[in-house]
Amino acid sequence: MNTASDRTTSTAGTPGGLTHLDALEAEAVHIIREVAAEFERPVLLFSGGKDSIVMLHLALKAFAPAPVPFGLLHVDTGHNFPEVLEFRDRTVAAHGLRLDVAGVQEFIDDGRLAERPDGTRNPLQTLPLLAAITANRFDAVFGGGRRDEEKARAKERVFSLRDEFGQWDPRRQRPELWHLYNGRHRPGEHVRVFPLSNWTELDVWQYIGHQHIELPSIYFAHSREVFVRGGMWLAPGDWGGPRAGEPLEVRTVRYRTVGDMSCTGAVESTAGDVAEVIEEIAASRITERGASRADDRMSEAAMEDRKREGYF
Amino acid sequence: MATLVRTAPAPPATQVSALLRLATAGSVDDGKSTLVGRLLYDTKSVLADQYEAVRQTSRDRGLAEADLALLTDGLRSEREQGITIDVAYRYFATPRRRFILADTPGHVQYTRNMVTGASTAQLAVVLVDARKGLTEQTRRHTAIAALLRVPRVLLAVNKMDLIEFDKDRFQEIEEDFSEYAASLGVLQAAALPVSALRGDNVVAASPDLGWFEGPTLLEYLETVPVSSVSEPTAGRFPVQYVIRRQNRGRTEAVEDYRGYAGTLASGSFAIGDEVVVLPSGQRSRISGIDLLGRPVDQARAGQAATLMLADDLDVSRGDLIAPADQAPVPTQDVAATVCHLSEGPLRVGDRVLLKHTTRTVKAVVRGLTHRLDVTEGIPAAGSVDARADSDAVGATGTGTDADAATGPEALHANDIGRVVLRTASPVLIEPYAADRETGSFLLINPDSGDTLTAGMAGDPLGVFS
Ligand SMILES: Nc1nc2c(ncn2[C@@H]2O[C@H](COP(=O)(O)OP(=O)(O)OP(=O)(O)O)[C@@H](O)[C@H]2O)c(=O)[nH]1
Ligand SMILES: [Mg+2]
Repeated sequence: MNTASDRTTSTAGTPGGLTHLDALEAEAVHIIREVAAEFERPVLLFSGGKDSIVMLHLALKAFAPAPVPFGLLHVDTGHNFPEVLEFRDRTVAAHGLRLDVAGVQEFIDDGRLAERPDGTRNPLQTLPLLAAITANRFDAVFGGGRRDEEKARAKERVFSLRDEFGQWDPRRQRPELWHLYNGRHRPGEHVRVFPLSNWTELDVWQYIGHQHIELPSIYFAHSREVFVRGGMWLAPGDWGGPRAGEPLEVRTVRYRTVGDMSCTGAVESTAGDVAEVIEEIAASRITERGASRADDRMSEAAMEDRKREGYF
Repeated sequence: MATLVRTAPAPPATQVSALLRLATAGSVDDGKSTLVGRLLYDTKSVLADQYEAVRQTSRDRGLAEADLALLTDGLRSEREQGITIDVAYRYFATPRRRFILADTPGHVQYTRNMVTGASTAQLAVVLVDARKGLTEQTRRHTAIAALLRVPRVLLAVNKMDLIEFDKDRFQEIEEDFSEYAASLGVLQAAALPVSALRGDNVVAASPDLGWFEGPTLLEYLETVPVSSVSEPTAGRFPVQYVIRRQNRGRTEAVEDYRGYAGTLASGSFAIGDEVVVLPSGQRSRISGIDLLGRPVDQARAGQAATLMLADDLDVSRGDLIAPADQAPVPTQDVAATVCHLSEGPLRVGDRVLLKHTTRTVKAVVRGLTHRLDVTEGIPAAGSVDARADSDAVGATGTGTDADAATGPEALHANDIGRVVLRTASPVLIEPYAADRETGSFLLINPDSGDTLTAGMAGDPLGVFS
């Protein structure tokens, strides 16, 4: 038998011959399988948005032909797009998955949370999320966050340790070397895991096109009644818009991200299919969050502050 | 901002990977983040709202121009202190290549974060402030890049604007650097003069650097060969997870399924290959391969696959599947070069967890034989328990040169040194110099779970032998 020293030099970094989408897919699957193997109670955050849909698609592939060995968790702000909720429920049923819903509305109803004066519910998601993690004793929580989304996310590890209060401390992140992910944690702590860390918005769309992944219809151009607030096209709904002096108009729009209706803006677009969306994004001069998220405009470190508190 | 229109749509997804992963390195304040920001800005990879946010923050601090370092220094405390604390990852593409860029911190206190960014890089761009020349931290980062076997190292002599673009000074630094790099076995080192602040020789050539005949930074990045497999390597498949589906009383005819999921660390596997499962040594044959649910005949390095074996063996996470005639030898003695990352020291007798591929085992530190003198690039003499050293994987056979008493007391944060470990059960570890995936490991504190040390089996620097 030959010994180890007989072996020759191997490639570093990306293995030759894989397309960049194949390499990203393999990396994400590797991460998802690591979690399934090393944690007792993982859960996948599923909002019905494109990143979580891609993440679920990867999880389904990672364990095929066996079922996905963990369930899904949705933090429902109570102001979600109906098309997205319908898509969520249909997807869960089609794959026989388990879904837990943590509702911001319940927390408001029983007084644990108070509605904010600006009506935005995005920051209110942290408490129900952490409560669900504690109640279900989840020890690993998959998130669809990508490093290209935002400058604080650009700094986060793939395995991101959270203390018993769910907090992220950016100054005390563990070193993360090679493909060795250290998921050890103490009782009460948990780990957020981001399999799509190295994907860009364009990669996600190219993968969606390549794999023929179905998305909620609102990601593609449609005509919709909208009104302007804070420089964004918002859709009317139970969440409290429009106010007086915010006239409705019909526009051809699509959504670049989907989240809480009160702070997720539509972009004017005629992109009706994946190829057209890819073309549009490649030519866009504005980031995804800049185009569609009011909550990040609040302050310079809005995302970092939310993450420190335990946000996604 | 007329210049912000994106002119370079990303390469199509079907193109064979032309991806370069690079990491910055070098002393604090030598201009790493500014260079990254300049590269992003001048390649028009910065979108209007990102640029506007950075310009606004700069203006709030009374700066006349946008501070491009703020494109990666995104944390509140980084912006308050004006330094990088943790690695930032940025993604950009030109028509010629895609890039994953890790901007790492120069401050010695955050060396662990530099190691994080460099561990997956194919190129390290080491920045030096032209006024200061090489500092201890430049040398430390270069040593770390060499130790991690980052395949290529580029020296960027920055702040050329502050030394009147002086050619002699550039050459002096280049010579210093190549001498030091060569002492660490880094052969693939190139050098460029730049001004990150003004953009000279970053994306566009500079009239002030007329004497420089080499490429701009971007030209270099777009054309530097990405390391690739030079010769075929033996297959290595660390079993990550067992996928099972049983046909318990189902009405439709569903066959039982049992496959071993994992990522190929190196080489390739094909149906019919004779394999051995380690450390047990059981032999079998590959009867099927699935690539994420799709049956295939063959799988290769980097792919996430599922292997099926012809025989019903006991295989679980942490086992290694290898070709029967090219298998590694299980061992419980590991000699390695390490970079210590944690605040607390690493001492002889410490009980740790060793995480290697998909296997985590208990281990004890049996010896600390050397510490690297970073300034000189040579090991401080000393050897502990030479017997263990010569038994271990990667041992050079020359471990008996010094007596046990002269090894370092402990390794402290940011030290590079040589350790000998004894594991509680066998590991399938191979020299890091031959394979980054199967030669690397972490030492973990069993109580806190913290990552203590980055380990590379054998002597990848070649200075301890
Ligand atoms: N004159 C001049 N100043 C520069 C140049 N490059 C960077 N600087 C300045 O040097 C200072 C430090 O720059 P950074 O980019 O933050 O340095 P760094 O290497 O990223 O520092 P750390 O990440 O903290 O290690 C800033 O004030 C920059 O404006 C240059 O080419 N010329
Ligand atoms: Mg910096």
